[in-house]
Amino acid sequence: MHAITVKDLHKNYGEVEALKGINLTVEEGEIFGLIGPDGAGKTSLIRILTSLLFASSGESSVLGLDPAKDHKKLRSVIGYMPGRFSLYQDLTVEENLTLFASLFETTIEENYHLIKDIYGQIEPFKTRRAGALSGGMKQKLALSCAMIHKPEILFLDEPTTGVDPVSRKEFWEMLRKLNDEGLTIFVSTPYMDEANQCNRIALIQEGQIMGVDTPEHITNQFDRPLYAISGTNKFGMMQALKEFEHAHSVFSFGSVIHYSDNRGSIATKEIKDFLQKQGFEDCSIEETQPGIEDTFMALMTAHD
Amino acid sequence: MTNEKIIEVEQLMKIFGSFHAVDDISFDVKRGEIFGFLGANGAGKTTAMKMLTGLLSPTSGKATVAGFDVYKETEKIKKTIGYMSQKFSLYGDLTVKENIQLFGGIYGLKNKVIKAKMHELLGRLGMENSANALIDSLPLGWKQKLAFSVAMLHDPSIIFLDEPTGGVDPVTRRQFWEMIYETAHNGTTIFVTTHYMDEAEYCDRISMMVDGKIAALGSPDELKKGFNAQNMDEVFVGIAREGKVLK
Repeated sequence: MHAITVKDLHKNYGEVEALKGINLTVEEGEIFGLIGPDGAGKTSLIRILTSLLFASSGESSVLGLDPAKDHKKLRSVIGYMPGRFSLYQDLTVEENLTLFASLFETTIEENYHLIKDIYGQIEPFKTRRAGALSGGMKQKLALSCAMIHKPEILFLDEPTTGVDPVSRKEFWEMLRKLNDEGLTIFVSTPYMDEANQCNRIALIQEGQIMGVDTPEHITNQFDRPLYAISGTNKFGMMQALKEFEHAHSVFSFGSVIHYSDNRGSIATKEIKDFLQKQGFEDCSIEETQPGIEDTFMALMTAHD
Repeated sequence: MTNEKIIEVEQLMKIFGSFHAVDDISFDVKRGEIFGFLGANGAGKTTAMKMLTGLLSPTSGKATVAGFDVYKETEKIKKTIGYMSQKFSLYGDLTVKENIQLFGGIYGLKNKVIKAKMHELLGRLGMENSANALIDSLPLGWKQKLAFSVAMLHDPSIIFLDEPTGGVDPVTRRQFWEMIYETAHNGTTIFVTTHYMDEAEYCDRISMMVDGKIAALGSPDELKKGFNAQNMDEVFVGIAREGKVLK
């Protein structure tokens, strides 16, 4: 049995089509990443799968249950960490956790082993009000609360948005540990570089899935050689390359420019000559491997 | 970029109770520079930015922004700078036109000037047909570009951008940076925070805050060399995790 199945799922808000026919399956024991920018439909999809929102049409099943009909059963077997911190700010750390445990008719003691690694880090502050915690600590408390009833699937809606790169890495380490113990994880993120932390990913943009696969296979969808160009006046070179008659895509990528050509494979010398003729003497160019973000942008522009 | 210093900070401190949120920082920003202000959550970035934008008075130390003192001339600072963040930008239930009128009015621009600016701005962004659209109905990418242009309405000499590209799609994120480049090229100083490490590479210089202090300051190339790192992500992790300080 698949952990999650979604078939031709639609969600409309008045005139706005937030989800335009989503299809995907998630296997048990997977970390599945839903990757896309704000407004792509990530939260709508998660809220439908967690029984917090009705779909307009289409089918979905989570652990064999229909979120629209079996929501009571479903809620006892899934964990959900919403995008915004939504614990009780004026209760203490421990009170929040006790509350969540008792709502699911369990106790902290009974499932302490599940959250030991995470909750252990904030336990020294258990008498502090949740509202007075730092961002990283709030996140750990929210994750503990989502795990305390021993869910079989954990849904996380943008747990790392606005979080610095170091705290993001630490958060992913926590998710990996939970996953190692067999937990299925469905997580959304706007950060493309987090794709590689997932077993499989779906790229979502404007309510449509542009691809579902392992991160390695997704980048195979980038259908032409990609070149990395560097030099001192990067901005100037980008402007020049955009005017080049064979340019297919020109995107800035950290310290280099990623360039693809509408003829596919090319002699790098031609590009170098072109740039040097424009006055960019010190430029260099070499072939490079496309990443998730390259692929996302290629698929995005192809869809437009 | 010129050599003229437009922001000068010397031993700036902000202490809340016994907590040193900003702990003795010193740096300069030059006119026309793109200055990246990086650090982990809770490192003191927001507190430092609040002091530089005249919203919070320092505990001690010196700082001037466009020549104005952060203790005594906060109103002058506010008139000279622009500010945009993802959390605070435009009013969603007002139209594009109404937002421009509102912010133009707040900045004290004359109606005539606002009208001319509105025409120029909408033309440049290709949004002439959306002048009467509610902000909430616009795609996120448009909103961001518009918010940036509105923060520039009064021709500030410095613009502060607080995570301007959070959650924006990768294509729009790059278009936004092209706007930043162009603005800096025209002489406006850019002071920007981001959690995207590839964007750190787009800055002329970067400072990295750790626990209220500036742990590293330099061009992306200098920092990568100094930390023997391939990219800014490694530099960031190196500094924040080990608290290593580069002098």
